[in-house]
Amino acid sequence: MAAQAESPQAESTPIVRVRGLVSRFGTQVVHDGLSFDVRPNQIMGIVGGSGAGKSVLLRTILGLREPQAGTIEIYGRDIRRLSAAERLAMVRSYGVTFQNGALISSLNVAQNIQLPLRESYSMSEDALDDLVQLNLSLVGLAPDAAEKYPAQLSGGMVKRAALARALALEPRLLFLDEPTSGLDPISAADFDALLLYLHAELKLTVVMITHDLDSLFRICDRVGVIVAGRMISDTLPGLLANTNPWIHEYFHGPRARGAKLAADTRTARDPHG
Amino acid sequence: MLALYRDGADWRLELRGDWSLGNLERIEVELKALAGPLAGHLTCDWSQALNPGIGTVWALLTRLAYLGGSQLTVRQEGHPPQTVELLHKLNLELCTARGKRTVAVRAHEGAVGALGRWTVLQATEAGRLLEFFGRIAAVLGSTFSHVRMLRFPSIMRHLRETGVTAVPIVSLIAFLISVVVAYLGAQQLARFGATIFVVDLVTIAVLREMGVLLTAIIVAGRSGSAFAAEIGAMQLNEEVDALRAMGLNPIELLVVPRVLALMIALPCLTIIADATGLAGGGLLSLVQLHIPLSQFTVRLREALSPTTFWAGLVKAPVFALLIGMVGAYRGMQVRGSARDLGRLTTMAVVQSIFMVIFADAMFAVLFVQINF
Repeated sequence: MAAQAESPQAESTPIVRVRGLVSRFGTQVVHDGLSFDVRPNQIMGIVGGSGAGKSVLLRTILGLREPQAGTIEIYGRDIRRLSAAERLAMVRSYGVTFQNGALISSLNVAQNIQLPLRESYSMSEDALDDLVQLNLSLVGLAPDAAEKYPAQLSGGMVKRAALARALALEPRLLFLDEPTSGLDPISAADFDALLLYLHAELKLTVVMITHDLDSLFRICDRVGVIVAGRMISDTLPGLLANTNPWIHEYFHGPRARGAKLAADTRTARDPHG
Repeated sequence: MLALYRDGADWRLELRGDWSLGNLERIEVELKALAGPLAGHLTCDWSQALNPGIGTVWALLTRLAYLGGSQLTVRQEGHPPQTVELLHKLNLELCTARGKRTVAVRAHEGAVGALGRWTVLQATEAGRLLEFFGRIAAVLGSTFSHVRMLRFPSIMRHLRETGVTAVPIVSLIAFLISVVVAYLGAQQLARFGATIFVVDLVTIAVLREMGVLLTAIIVAGRSGSAFAAEIGAMQLNEEVDALRAMGLNPIELLVVPRVLALMIALPCLTIIADATGLAGGGLLSLVQLHIPLSQFTVRLREALSPTTFWAGLVKAPVFALLIGMVGAYRGMQVRGSARDLGRLTTMAVVQSIFMVIFADAMFAVLFVQINF
């Protein structure tokens, strides 16, 4: 809980701060001095070519992988200098969704959502059931989804159920790995709207890896591009003006133009977006 | 955590302390202790509450809704958490969710019903396994005209994995078990002064029964489970569906090479088990019973009838077929969850061992009848 406590200067210090991160697999260097900040209440998108090390970056921030060099601070605390108990409190203070949902296949949706709650706190069965219903309605799933097993869910429902599980411990910070990949454009747009809504209502800070240009243009305040092992992070207009060839290609390619056009028309039609 | 006061005609609920999710249990207890019914106006004072989360706020709202219903109007003051508004917007049917929770009630089922259900299940299972066997046979049949369908590289790989790598453990177990049999047999036979018949005992037991049966059971544990787990994991990963979608026959690609490799490997392993088993018997006879090796081999030749060795060996391919088929069949049945994979892998091992022993009993009866 201490990690979540708000203090006056918390607004100014970044929630996630990565400095000089180096990740190597044998001789292959994935990150070569990568640095970036995520500020409170931001939605930060991370993009990069296939194999640029987006997922490695996420796994490193989550402490699933040891970097070769560099520091990672979450809520201003170095994740590698925590005692076991502090580390546990840290892990419980953020929510994560994985690319394929990573719901436990032998548990139904309700049990998946209850799993972190049961392991972290003691509470009555009724309270657990109530929290399941609460989290399901937060992510826009019908109450009867609770009894379903992951294999019985559609792709979009898996993503939502995974988000419900990530939200179960009431995190302030969410890490999402390709939350809209594999969804049809309508479901993906719905998911974007859901994220915007939760972001506004629950004051969430979101770090998301995405390849979905539409969600990038629609919901991200800031975008970090991994190029040649380093991160160039900027606002979208800044990146659109960036002269790095890869970034230029990424944000001015045929797909990006379409997505930008769609985002612009949406903003023009509905300025409150 | 909370205190309820009468404030003139109205109610006032003071919320104090840490209202984060970790305290939900304490908060629930205190909420339950609130006596109802409440009517009129109630003001929730949040000025002394810390870190209110969404779950605890929801517990409060549902409890108040339960106690007051439509008779109570609730007002929030003193920096109420933003989540209050969100929860109202979510339009959760407050406090009804709990009542709606359905408990699956299974109709009481008598022993007869259970037996019937079990029988039907077993019959359909047997039918399906037979169908599976038919599919394998059909693929094998068509390989006579299309040898390419045999997939030699795949067969060689499985031959290595199920056969070659099993040699050490199979030889060790056959050796040890026949030492045990010879040792115990010698103690009994010594009472009649007939220790030399230990050789007959070991020879017949190892060659006719134990060599092949032990090998089959070890292989069922090693390879039957491996087949089920491999094919099952491929099912979970939709690899099997992908094969079908590419117009490839998973039976031909996945099942037949495994079954064929096992049908080659198991007889070979049986011969090795026979040899090490006899070696074990010979060694014990030498060390414990002081029967020299030359005498052991002479006695062994006398004990052997022409069919003894073959009576063991002919069973091996049949056992291999059963093990391979059951393992692959259970693997193909995996659907959806990791638990399914574990359950069906276990089932594959248990059932293939059972079927091996059952088939062995059938062979025993048959061999007696035809005097083999």
